[in-house]
Amino acid sequence: MMPLSLADTYLLGLPLVEMWYVVMFLTLAMFLWLDGSNFGIGILFGVVDDEEIKESMLTAVAPLWDGTEVWLIVFGGAMFAVFPDVYAGLFSGNYLLMFLILGALIIRGVSPEFREQRHDESWQRLWGVLFVAGSTLAPFFLGVFTANWLIGSTSLVSLPGIVVGLVVVTLSAVEGAAFTNMKLEEKSAMVSTYGTIAQVAYLVLAVTTVGYLYLFVEGMAAKVLSPFALLLVALTALLGIAYIVLLRTGQSLPAFVTAGVQTFGLIALVGYLLYPTIYPIDGLLVQDAAVSVLAMNVMTVVLVIFLPLVLLYFAVLYNAFRGPVQAGEGY
Amino acid sequence: MVDPVLASRLQFAWTTAIHIIFPTLSMGLAPFLVYWTWKEVRGDGEVYARLRRFWAKIFALTFVSGTVTGIVLEFEFGTNFAAYSSIVGGIFGGPLATEGLMAFMLESTMLGIFLFGRDRVSDRMYLVSAFLVGLGSWLSAVWILIANAWMQTPAGFEMGTRAGEEVAVITDPVAAYLTPRFFYMFTHMQTAAVLSAALFIAGIASYKLLTTDDRSAFWKKTMKVALIAMIITAPLLAVQGDAYGRHVHETQESKMAAIEAIWDTEAYAPLHLVAVPTSTDNVVAPAEEDLFTIGIPWVGSMLAGAGDPATVITGFEDIEHDLPPYLLVFYSFRAMVGLGFWFIFLALWGVYRWRQGDLFDDTLLQKAMVASTGLGVLAVEFGWMVTEIGRQPWAVQDVLLVSDGVSPGLTGGEATLTLVGFIFAYTALLSIWAYLVFRIVRTGPEPPSDGTAPTTTDGGAEVPAK
Repeated sequence: MMPLSLADTYLLGLPLVEMWYVVMFLTLAMFLWLDGSNFGIGILFGVVDDEEIKESMLTAVAPLWDGTEVWLIVFGGAMFAVFPDVYAGLFSGNYLLMFLILGALIIRGVSPEFREQRHDESWQRLWGVLFVAGSTLAPFFLGVFTANWLIGSTSLVSLPGIVVGLVVVTLSAVEGAAFTNMKLEEKSAMVSTYGTIAQVAYLVLAVTTVGYLYLFVEGMAAKVLSPFALLLVALTALLGIAYIVLLRTGQSLPAFVTAGVQTFGLIALVGYLLYPTIYPIDGLLVQDAAVSVLAMNVMTVVLVIFLPLVLLYFAVLYNAFRGPVQAGEGY
Repeated sequence: MVDPVLASRLQFAWTTAIHIIFPTLSMGLAPFLVYWTWKEVRGDGEVYARLRRFWAKIFALTFVSGTVTGIVLEFEFGTNFAAYSSIVGGIFGGPLATEGLMAFMLESTMLGIFLFGRDRVSDRMYLVSAFLVGLGSWLSAVWILIANAWMQTPAGFEMGTRAGEEVAVITDPVAAYLTPRFFYMFTHMQTAAVLSAALFIAGIASYKLLTTDDRSAFWKKTMKVALIAMIITAPLLAVQGDAYGRHVHETQESKMAAIEAIWDTEAYAPLHLVAVPTSTDNVVAPAEEDLFTIGIPWVGSMLAGAGDPATVITGFEDIEHDLPPYLLVFYSFRAMVGLGFWFIFLALWGVYRWRQGDLFDDTLLQKAMVASTGLGVLAVEFGWMVTEIGRQPWAVQDVLLVSDGVSPGLTGGEATLTLVGFIFAYTALLSIWAYLVFRIVRTGPEPPSDGTAPTTTDGGAEVPAK
């Protein structure tokens, strides 16, 4: 039986509720970075016309996407376990949007796998198109979801929804371009160009979003003008420039990491703008949304044991598939 | 337009029913893949590399389909059962989050290495990846069944408040998560998964033996390892099922009454073989006077009480809440058990032929095996219907009704729209999966190399071609 103290006070007296608030967003950021780069590959798959590069893109995605997608499952699971009211409210409130996200994820998930099963042209074209569609729509709808969360809306179509949707799509393309060039034997100038375009679009859209929040969303103005938020915006712009330089000079790994820092910056901004509210529609505060002390402590023990292991798995996975893809890789 | 509660129930039932096919097969295939990988890495012959590669293709398709349909289930708790998620999330969400972190992360990262990393990692690491994929898939089942077992026999909590609402608050994690039900469920489910995969493998091997001239070591080895798995798991499943059934009798009165279609609380209760509604008023849960039954006296009580005919089984007359749609439970249970006996017979038949030395000559056996390819999974479906429909009308037994767990703002239109969407999407997904699996089977494994292109294993040792 658990000692009683576990139910009375948070482990080591740590502010676990705030910590889990951060952890929840960290898992979302990991998802948007790692799986986002896979989305980005899917997005670029639609515009790159070199067949060899396209094959390399698919080969690069194949061993990774399953693992990277689990970050979304962990994000959902963490929210369910620690902030169940938020999970319930957000998911049921955005009912149809959630199914659009799921639909896009299903199509994105199965299409590369199905595509490889037959080698005639019409079959490959069908699943290629679906791969691009799923990879583009999944981040778009996730962006709409994030916008709705932030501004306390549940609308399926709205201006901020579309803009933030495009923010996530362009960011995915930014990550995907760096990742693609990382996986190519010879860097592709075309991919770098797409990466640059995506980065510029991302910066414009991100600034537009922040401007929208400042002007039109009640209670956001002061937060947007706070030093922390402004610093994040400035950092994003600087990283954007660095990314373009790195990508164009063939340093794709640093460019991929830079895009990752941008992703964490974006999510940090979302988390910062929400806090101390966690569910703006109801004005629910982070503290009030948290589960009991004992449940929080148990989940923290699970996290402390398994998060380092998860990071280890990813290190092993990415290490095994480091460097350019090799022709004919597969099972 | 379907009522949102009914539409949500149907949607969850449908998405679960399709989803469960994939993890059942991938959990069941995992030990076979570990075995073949181990033999391959040990250098026991090229045939094992071919076996591993062939079945890994089917495993990959199955796993991917399981992943995408599994996310749907996690999210449906939030979309369709928001009240449920709010009220019991502090208990039920924990195992789900833990599954993701502890099991699914392990399984899906190592799967990348197992499917695509044969030439990128050492033999030892490759074998480890195969093992960890299997371990991850089994740990996944651990946490999902911990969560489900809590819904069947809730423990370790009390009702409290959060943000002014009444919610279930965990008081004893060990009692909540390590319920006796979990152990019965897990052992029964995992044995069923291995048996389902064994039947699936044996069915495919038999199909190839029947339709091609290929009597190579490849299909013979496939057939034999599947038979070994069947002869172990099929009888074991019956023993586990019997113990599980007694546990249900002790802990879930209304499910037991539904399984046996029993109205009157009594000792020396019969085992009903047939239960037929004589009125069309409520076909799945007819009233007592509208139910015609044929049963064997005493046997129901004897099964519930480990042979003691004086065991009292509580009938529906003493159950205060609404009845589950019990004829679905009744017949699902009989279908599951009937299939279970068929599997035992099939395993005995196969092993008998093997001992006689004419395993590969008995075309009737092979036809029976082909016909049984998907029956293991079907039996699992029936088992889950007993488990889940038998708990109705409760989401959490005696604590929370399903109807009280549905999202409060959900409209019939929304719920119907997504239900119809899932019916189409999952029918398409399952059909494509089945088509591609059949295509892989029809194409068959790659031919053995003819010796001019020797296969190398770790350390550069050459393996002669068969």
